[in-house]
Amino acid sequence: MKVWGLHFGVLAAVAVAGLVVPDYHMTNLARIMVLAVFAMGYNLAFGYTGLLGLGHAMFFAAGMYGAGLPAWHYGLPAVPALALGTLAGGAMAVTVGLLALRTAGVAFMIVTLMFAQAFYLTLLYFNAYTGGDEGFVPPDASRLILGFPMSGDLPRFIVAFTLFAVALILSLILVRSRFGRVMVALRENEERVRLLGINPFAAKLTVLGISGLYAGLAGAAYAILFGYAGASFATIQYSILPMLYVLLGGAGTVLGAGLGAGLMFYLTNLASDLTDAWQFLVGAVLVILVLFAPKGILGWVRATLWRGLP
Amino acid sequence: MAFGPFLLLALMEGMVTAAYLSLAAVGLSLVFGVMRVVNVAHGEFFMLGAVIAWFVASVVPGPAWVAFLAALVVAPVLVAALAAVTDALILKRLNYDPEATIVATIGLLYMLQQTALTFYGPDARAVAAPFDLRIQTPWFGYSGYKLFVVAAAIVVLVAVWQLMARTKAGLVMRATQVDRDVARAFGINVDRVYMGTFALGAGLAALSAVLVVPISQAHYLMGGDPLLLSFIVVIIGGLGSLRGTVLAALIIGLSEGVISMFFSPTLAKIIATLAVAMVLVFRPQGLFGTKA
Repeated sequence: MKVWGLHFGVLAAVAVAGLVVPDYHMTNLARIMVLAVFAMGYNLAFGYTGLLGLGHAMFFAAGMYGAGLPAWHYGLPAVPALALGTLAGGAMAVTVGLLALRTAGVAFMIVTLMFAQAFYLTLLYFNAYTGGDEGFVPPDASRLILGFPMSGDLPRFIVAFTLFAVALILSLILVRSRFGRVMVALRENEERVRLLGINPFAAKLTVLGISGLYAGLAGAAYAILFGYAGASFATIQYSILPMLYVLLGGAGTVLGAGLGAGLMFYLTNLASDLTDAWQFLVGAVLVILVLFAPKGILGWVRATLWRGLP
Repeated sequence: MAFGPFLLLALMEGMVTAAYLSLAAVGLSLVFGVMRVVNVAHGEFFMLGAVIAWFVASVVPGPAWVAFLAALVVAPVLVAALAAVTDALILKRLNYDPEATIVATIGLLYMLQQTALTFYGPDARAVAAPFDLRIQTPWFGYSGYKLFVVAAAIVVLVAVWQLMARTKAGLVMRATQVDRDVARAFGINVDRVYMGTFALGAGLAALSAVLVVPISQAHYLMGGDPLLLSFIVVIIGGLGSLRGTVLAALIIGLSEGVISMFFSPTLAKIIATLAVAMVLVFRPQGLFGTKA
């Protein structure tokens, strides 16, 4: 009860905040929420299941191009494009997972990194169809949801909020389910999970698939809501960002991904006002977190204040 | 030009790639082998080597070869010192945990890249080659300096091999690689071995960059490609195996030279990255490694 209260309270607070702040921040908030969906997906794989991959940019980009390319080439409307992008992210994750999950630990990280790099280069190689480095702008007709153009601040915020809320609630339900316990158990002790008669490979593949659906949805939403798709979203930077968000907010906490995304977004915004050296900040935050606060903000809250925080 | 000379040119270019790549990759391989640390910032040590070489070359007066020799000494030493500090301040405190060190070295990558951008700037700058010699084949002229790079790389690789195989320091490093707890029980100062290994690995990357900088220019983003290629080489060669690493550098360098010349550099990279992913999935010990 307390758990549901907290999460619905947070959602309500975000909705109110978005509606009262000026348009500029409303757009920022929409962007943060889309990135938070991406980070939530990463969190399910890394935070809960212990799969430290560096290839999530590939799932994000699969969603982005899965939605953006049909919209660009064939004028597919926004809602089917979002659905298609989500599925593309999931399908990509399962395909990669079938191979990559044969490895574990550092090897898993390198294999996912390599696949993601190959995917990025493939996007560049077929630049006649993908727009390559320059990317493309999905047509306005494919950016209408229920008749509202996504170039407007308010409709965009509402759509982003809806996706964010659904993703948050679903991930809360998932981690509190029986399968959620299997995920944590896989992170803590895979051999014991096997001993209990659960197939670790199938379970991890399922998690990675779900994580890919999240990343795909986020990528698709990014293309439709903000009207741009480009190969730069498939670079390793976009695999590192969700990891950064999750580590900052707290790996293995439902709200951590969103909290980390929001904090990091405004922190880099603030830093780029003062200096153009915002990359240094990202690096420094990563090093400081891993040295002094490996549990992140909400991980610390869970350790000290509220043990039941999901 | 006929096909034959084209292939010869491609192979020679491939040899140069293989030469500098094997130096950088041996550094990465040493660090992974002895410390079990995947150093994502390895490419930035490479980049720093090139940037420092440019700074040294711009302050040292006299002929180009004097400046080059100075850079050849100064850049690796400075980068190795930086690596030693990194080891003491960050890696040691993380107790060399494989996953935490990956995150930390990603952070280091961003910090070094930004530092280079701030103090060196976004331009690509060249360093003059120490000598100007053109070797004329019947079909094309070839830079003598590039052949020097190949020779220099071979000399350094032999030196590293001798260091590992013949000296006390090498013995201590190999002992730590096999079992760090037993090594410590035998009175080996494991902390110092780790610091030295990390510094040596970074120094090799910087040395490789100094050799390359007269051919390709120094740029703050130049660390990406060597990092990726070093990963590929180290994995195909078998993590921690020096002989495998050098052999794999030859394969990757030569095939990249040939594929880039006849098809496209992007395609060459796609094939190489997919190949390495498959090797890791189906033969984790590498093509030439033995089971760990």
